[in-house]
Amino acid sequence: MKPAGDENIQQLNRIAREIRGMLVEMSHRTGSAHLGSALSCVDILVAIYWKILSIDPAAPDDPLRDRFILSKGHAATALYATLAKRGFFPMELLDTYARHGSCLAEHPGPRCAPGVEAATGSLGHGLSLGLGMALAGRIQDQSYNVYVLMSDGECNEGSVWEAAMFAPAQHIHNLIAVIDFNKWQATGRSREVMALDPLKQKWEAFGWSAYELNGHDLPELIKTLKDLPDGSSKPAVVIAHTVKGKGISFMEDDNNWHYRIPTAEELLKAKKELRLL
Amino acid sequence: MRNAFAQELVRLATEDRRIVLLSGDIGNRLFDAFKRHYPERFYNCGVAEANMTSMAAGMAMCGLRPITYTIASFNTIRCLEQIKIDIAYHHLPVIIVGVGSGLSYAELGATHHSCDDIAFLRSLPNMQIIAPADPQEVRLALRAALRQDYPVYLRLGKKGEPAIHDQEPIFHIGKGIVIREGKDVCLLGTGTIMPVVLAAADELEKRGISTQVVHFHTLKPLDETLLARIFSEVRVVVTVEEHNLIGGFGSSVAEWFSIGPAKRASLLCKGITDRFFCMAGNQDYARVHFGLTPEGIAGDAEKRLKEKDDHRC
Repeated sequence: MKPAGDENIQQLNRIAREIRGMLVEMSHRTGSAHLGSALSCVDILVAIYWKILSIDPAAPDDPLRDRFILSKGHAATALYATLAKRGFFPMELLDTYARHGSCLAEHPGPRCAPGVEAATGSLGHGLSLGLGMALAGRIQDQSYNVYVLMSDGECNEGSVWEAAMFAPAQHIHNLIAVIDFNKWQATGRSREVMALDPLKQKWEAFGWSAYELNGHDLPELIKTLKDLPDGSSKPAVVIAHTVKGKGISFMEDDNNWHYRIPTAEELLKAKKELRLL
Repeated sequence: MRNAFAQELVRLATEDRRIVLLSGDIGNRLFDAFKRHYPERFYNCGVAEANMTSMAAGMAMCGLRPITYTIASFNTIRCLEQIKIDIAYHHLPVIIVGVGSGLSYAELGATHHSCDDIAFLRSLPNMQIIAPADPQEVRLALRAALRQDYPVYLRLGKKGEPAIHDQEPIFHIGKGIVIREGKDVCLLGTGTIMPVVLAAADELEKRGISTQVVHFHTLKPLDETLLARIFSEVRVVVTVEEHNLIGGFGSSVAEWFSIGPAKRASLLCKGITDRFFCMAGNQDYARVHFGLTPEGIAGDAEKRLKEKDDHRC
């Protein structure tokens, strides 16, 4: 496995800004939705892919690799851009995103590109898939970790809580869930649609080690995730407080950007704000 | 049937270290031997079929050969989307075992009947469906399913199913088994209804009608080569299944029938007539209720044969 990259925080922040620019560009070019949801998880992806995962972009099928599952599959552009930027596949492939016949659709397909671990898009599957992978590691005596990124809206799904109850019963410790808590689901505040609060205590009550942090603070993300598994023989969940549409002032915390597509003018404005022009 | 499954699984798990058994809090004592020999490869997943199914997919993605086991209705349509996306879409070699299929658990009420599972799972690409008729076929089906890399739904009965073969049959996924030859009528059955089908054939023979009997243990992929041969040899083909007539085995034969060149034989489908069985009564009683009896099947087959012959004159 390739050791974690030697990029410093400043460089990682730059990468995150570049990825955000790519996401706005991809949404504008293809008319694909979920831009706000993709923007909210960029920093989490950068922290995980550059500093946490034991992976080698040249060997994406290595059985001993760490696994990352984007359970909130509607943020596919964020995953694709991250994988391309991290060297799993060429930028030319990313350019085919959402084009007729491309392997990169608006939700990730099964092994649709190097580095994509699972097809997602219907919410509430990723945590159980990850739990299966984590158990497989234990059964086969392999020491990889499994990371699953979920959305707050996704926690509406009953299957999430089936997995949440089963993982601690198995004392599984190589499973780390991250919740991109951007406070919105498709059509409402996630705290109001369902009684989500108190989210951290819910996970703790289910038997998980639960952590809370600012999901846009790269040093905090890296520090917390590096210490997981925490040696407690419990699965871990990181509740990352984020802002939907993060990084572009006129998209931040505006849920219209769950579905809205940026115009050419808005794309230009976004790129200026991201200091990419 | 479930005992044969449990015994065969222990035997196969000795040879194949990739086998993992996931149970949905069912089969009390049934898997004691498996648990004793392979505690690290047995998981009681609780009453949480969605999680069990997706976990099996995650395990298969990492090179294991997971087998999920619970009551047919709960292991199929309760977690249908997990089967569709996590197993079928990813084309993973997970074996989904449904015990008590059809009307096996008639007395437990319609919550425990599974007369729609074939219809739902048949419509999922990559999925193979096998319904063994007796304990010997369960063993053969499990072995065959583990020899290949497709998702498989294994549709089992409960216990005490009689053997339908005198000797071990040649068993290939996707290939029907001709049990008896005959030239007028062919009875095509699937799964645990086969003893009734064989008795229906006896009844037809008594009435002077030469009857072929074929077991289609594999519902998907359908043995189209054998179907073409059968439909060219006899005058009436009758499908028999313990499943809704909508979407089941008969439907799949009817779909094949409607495509391609005209067929010599006429097709008649026997099964459950789109109704819930919502009264007390065991499997035998429920079968009588739906006309799935030797006399019922033979009577309908004879009538259709007569119609066909009259029409020809």
